[in-house]
Amino acid sequence: MKQTVAKLIDTTLCIGCKACEVACQEWNDQEFSQGVFHNSYQTMPDLAAHFWNLIKFHEVEKPAGPVWLMAKYQCMHCADAGCLRACPAPGAIIQRENGIIDFVEENCIGCGYCITGCPFDVPRLSPRTNKVYKCSLCSDRVAVGLSPACIKACPTSCLTFGSRADLKFLAEKRAEELRAEGFSAAGVYDGPGVGGTNVLYVLKYADEPELYGLPKDPKIPWTVRLWKGPLKWVGNTIFFGGILAAIVHYLKVGPKEAHEDD
Amino acid sequence: MKFNSAAGSFSRRDFVRAAALATAYGFSLEPARAAVRELKISRTTQTHSVCPYCAVGCSVIIHTLGDKARNIQPTVVHIEGDPESPVNRGTLCSKGISLKEFVVNERRLTRPLYRAPGASEWTAISWDEAFEKMARRMKDTRDRTFEEKDSQGRTVNRLTSVALIGGCTDTNEINYLLGKFRFALGILSYENQSRL
Amino acid sequence: MTNGWTDVSNADVILVMGGNPAENHPVGFRFVMEARRRRKAKLVCVDPRFTRTAAVSDCYVPMRAGTDIAFLGGLIHYILENKLWLDEYVKQHTNAPFLVKEGFGFSEGHFTGWDESQGGYDRSSWQYELDTSGHVRVDPTLEHPRSVFQLLRQHYSRYTPDAVANIVGCTKEEFLRAAALIASTGKPDRTGTILYALGWTQHSHAVQLIRAAAILQLLLGNIGMPGGGVNAQRGHANIQGSTDMGAWNMLPGYLKLPRANQLTLQDYLKANTPRALRPNAWNYWSNTPKFMVSLLKAYYGQNATAQNEFGYQNLPKTGENENWGWAYFFDRMSRGELEGLISFGMNPVANGPNTAKMLAALAKLKWLIVVENFETETASFWKARKLGDKFYTGFASPAQIQTECFLLPAACFAEKDGSFVNSSRWVQWKRAALPPPGDAKTDQEIISRLLLDLKSLYQKEGGRGAKPLLEMSWDYANPAHPSLDEVAREINGRHLSSRQQLKASSELQEDGSTMCGNWIYCGSWTEEGNQMARRGQEDPTGLGLYPNWAWSWPANRRILYNRASADREGKPWDARRAPLRWDGSQWSGDTPDYKGDASPESLGAFIMLPEGVAKLYAADFLEGPFPEHYEPAESPVKNPLHQEVSTNPLAPVFHGEFDRLGEAKDFPYVAITYRLTEHFHYWTKHVASGSELQTNFFVEVPEELAREKGIRAGDRVRVRSARGFVEGPALVTKRIRPLRVEGRTVYQIGIPIHWGFVGRVRGPLVNNLTPSVFDPNSGTPEYKGFLVNLEKA
Repeated sequence: MKQTVAKLIDTTLCIGCKACEVACQEWNDQEFSQGVFHNSYQTMPDLAAHFWNLIKFHEVEKPAGPVWLMAKYQCMHCADAGCLRACPAPGAIIQRENGIIDFVEENCIGCGYCITGCPFDVPRLSPRTNKVYKCSLCSDRVAVGLSPACIKACPTSCLTFGSRADLKFLAEKRAEELRAEGFSAAGVYDGPGVGGTNVLYVLKYADEPELYGLPKDPKIPWTVRLWKGPLKWVGNTIFFGGILAAIVHYLKVGPKEAHEDD
Repeated sequence: MKFNSAAGSFSRRDFVRAAALATAYGFSLEPARAAVRELKISRTTQTHSVCPYCAVGCSVIIHTLGDKARNIQPTVVHIEGDPESPVNRGTLCSKGISLKEFVVNERRLTRPLYRAPGASEWTAISWDEAFEKMARRMKDTRDRTFEEKDSQGRTVNRLTSVALIGGCTDTNEINYLLGKFRFALGILSYENQSRL
Repeated sequence: MTNGWTDVSNADVILVMGGNPAENHPVGFRFVMEARRRRKAKLVCVDPRFTRTAAVSDCYVPMRAGTDIAFLGGLIHYILENKLWLDEYVKQHTNAPFLVKEGFGFSEGHFTGWDESQGGYDRSSWQYELDTSGHVRVDPTLEHPRSVFQLLRQHYSRYTPDAVANIVGCTKEEFLRAAALIASTGKPDRTGTILYALGWTQHSHAVQLIRAAAILQLLLGNIGMPGGGVNAQRGHANIQGSTDMGAWNMLPGYLKLPRANQLTLQDYLKANTPRALRPNAWNYWSNTPKFMVSLLKAYYGQNATAQNEFGYQNLPKTGENENWGWAYFFDRMSRGELEGLISFGMNPVANGPNTAKMLAALAKLKWLIVVENFETETASFWKARKLGDKFYTGFASPAQIQTECFLLPAACFAEKDGSFVNSSRWVQWKRAALPPPGDAKTDQEIISRLLLDLKSLYQKEGGRGAKPLLEMSWDYANPAHPSLDEVAREINGRHLSSRQQLKASSELQEDGSTMCGNWIYCGSWTEEGNQMARRGQEDPTGLGLYPNWAWSWPANRRILYNRASADREGKPWDARRAPLRWDGSQWSGDTPDYKGDASPESLGAFIMLPEGVAKLYAADFLEGPFPEHYEPAESPVKNPLHQEVSTNPLAPVFHGEFDRLGEAKDFPYVAITYRLTEHFHYWTKHVASGSELQTNFFVEVPEELAREKGIRAGDRVRVRSARGFVEGPALVTKRIRPLRVEGRTVYQIGIPIHWGFVGRVRGPLVNNLTPSVFDPNSGTPEYKGFLVNLEKA
């Protein structure tokens, strides 16, 4: 069995230095663009087609005083990926054996269904190329044994890369440590509702993930579940008239989106 | 090649195999063809350097295309943290990670520029002409204002009408040479970014 | 830094004050995070703003800019009142037992010896009491009323928690919470470190501020200890190296510049070679003649002989009371007294105080040479009126500016080899990865051509001051383009007869048989080769010293004053954190800051000082032997400790047309300027990534003040000082808390630097606002804590 790779984000160690943001831009040869002032240290209000990794900054008042939370936001590489369920274009979205959800630009038809399907609101349609983009977990680097660019850059070891099983263990241990230090709400955020994510978070205030900009209860929309569930063939028909393909696909794979490498 | 995370280590072979076997899902009947992008640093020359920004002193690896052969004009394709440095262990900040943008930058100066008194724009000038003019200006100033003795007749050998200032990425060796240059001319007002 | 970045992970308590490492030294900050993870270390952050460092701290205390000495004085008071100092350390390793002459005192803001007419001190009453052999008298019990310890106690008796809170603007409880954490390190098995940066140096009382930090650390026994020290996080790649090489009006290796009254080399050496003040003081500076003669041999080569005082007369001399530093020469330039300025990579229009004064000064030059990677505001100062938006409407137009300007393209770091010194004093060699673009040249080529062309003009035509110019050695294989290897070897120095590279500064001679460009770099390039390029990653002590990675000055020592990490008998205060061990015949571990084979009792632990011990009391600085709280030159209040002497009486004052100071009635708010993590100084406005991460200049305004003024987030505001103004959108934030000072509310406004009128992204230069006010010892401008007004634009 191939190991599923994962990224651990220990938000208690994030200093908002944005090394991960620039590492992502630089490695992926993204164009830089100028921002508009929006009363925040955050680079831009939200992810963009050319910006896949954004640290969200939140100023929060807690009884003990001001709190400034910083948490990196990007594709969560869900085990049960809404984008993948929703995508009608052959080979445009793939789940690699190591768990990485990768968008393949040349196969993307720009329909934007993946955007609807994503419970974390991650994929972005580029008006320039009419294709959808998001973090690839640096599949090119991972393929040759390097860590994703964001993880390599992170100076405070807020980011760690490894097998999902190991990181899940480390994350739980760290959360326990934080609870012992008196942060009773500390815990791990592991994509509830999508079968777990290959991006794990350690949060001081795990009971309020929305403080970090993370959805409390992420869910794949029922329309998408339906679409890629019993009514999947309809999608095929509408989009490609590929009935035959759909039937063969059904025969071969079945309607379930299980890991083929299990 | 090996990398370590807190969780354990993965060999390069595992990952190459993982990528080669990568399987796609969804509608497609031809799933696994989507090869990963070719690694852009797979055929680069690596040079050890140090980040020129703050004084943490992060070691960096500069990846250039070309093997440094005589007829090749190298270009920087990537700059990353040097994992061997005890200071940064391969990490960098948002500024260091974008050093390539600093080195390869269309705003870099590539030829000497000259602005005549009263002119409203720069004009290009050759190095030879620039050096000739600069040496002449320095000599004129020095001949006019150099003090061998002060008002009490004490030897002072100084030039107080010229100041020399150095920048923050001048290496030790350049600072040392600037010191010799300064004392050769007799300059007292010699400062550096370090003052501010 | 006395210690180093990697060493921070050894600390139990980390005080970040006058710095913001999470934002400005993010990679260095990883050792803070490591200490917290590994040792459960506590991070205390004292800052006017709730910064990204504060965001991950265990204890944050807000403060009014410019009141750091009050805070530190309060800590000293707290430690003395609550008996929390490390007694044995203080008795053994500091001058606490030293007696001061009768007559020393402090009252109403002045130490004894104040001369109002001269605006300075007669320091004779500050001196130690000496015995007949010229050594200082001591009282080992520390009880003598004139012992340094008792004088210290007396001086800081005024710095009570209430007084501190009233000056600083935090609450008494906040101060006490921080004090308890910091003072908890006054035990043998606990250490605390201090990380500071320009938040401490950019004041009109900066040097005394850092002295206060040193006193605090000495009382707690934190100097010389792993995880301890007073650590300056320097803000640029090699300003440490430039300082080492004499950029601050010095000679290399911190040798002083000769003065006009030092008529001969002998006079110079006599004036600059200290005499030991205690019988056990090694007094390493007693080797000054060896350092100086070896330097003169490096400078003047064959032209330096014993008969001609090794060329001493060639060196320029400064008058007894003259100052040729930054503040003074720009002031003289603004009055038209300079003809030329040569800048190798510095941008004073952007980074010097009081931009209008900088511009006016440059416009009075005959010629300006700028060597740079990018066009800068300094090179193109004559475009300020055109490019500078509305900020310089009063400045001359290009047609009126008669300065002849040269802008020379230079290689950038990646295109050059040579060494950078990081904050840890690690000298790291880098290699060139590619040639410079287009016609750009390396610095050494430009310097050499300038010098050699000038030399040949003098050879042909003669002229004034020919001798010092022609006698300066430029003895390189290719004089027009010296290799930096050669230069580095010259800096290290060699024996002239055998041509063997020196191993250590102990080999230097004063008879002219050795040459050495900088004695503190002896050992950096030995017969074994370039030590600065070493890449060994071993860490035998486990303390993060990494002795085989690069090379650290002096003598590859990683922790300064490390002898103080052990007691009188040489037993480490903390066996788990011992950088040095004494085995009965020699010391091992880090390079000892001590004679390698001297027994623990034989010498004082502070070998560089004539006292042999560290100074709680130091008569070396202009304002007095103990740091005292003075208000910034522009302050919203009169000094609560002494209204009549409110600001630093020694801070230089200029009276030109640009040197206006504002008063609180016109400019009621305190302003500070600072960097953001996304940018590097004034460079990254040329770089795409920086301009994306923080494209826009902005002004940080406290929520309460914004409400008072009807300013909403994003509204364009104008910040005005007595010198000039800036404009930009308001970033309205909770992170700058209003403070209570002397019973009234004080608001602070935050203004990030990084923008200018040349670059990929542009914005106002914040130094339009800053005053020409400087620390009298260091000459560093006061960028933290000046007065402004704020209005909707």
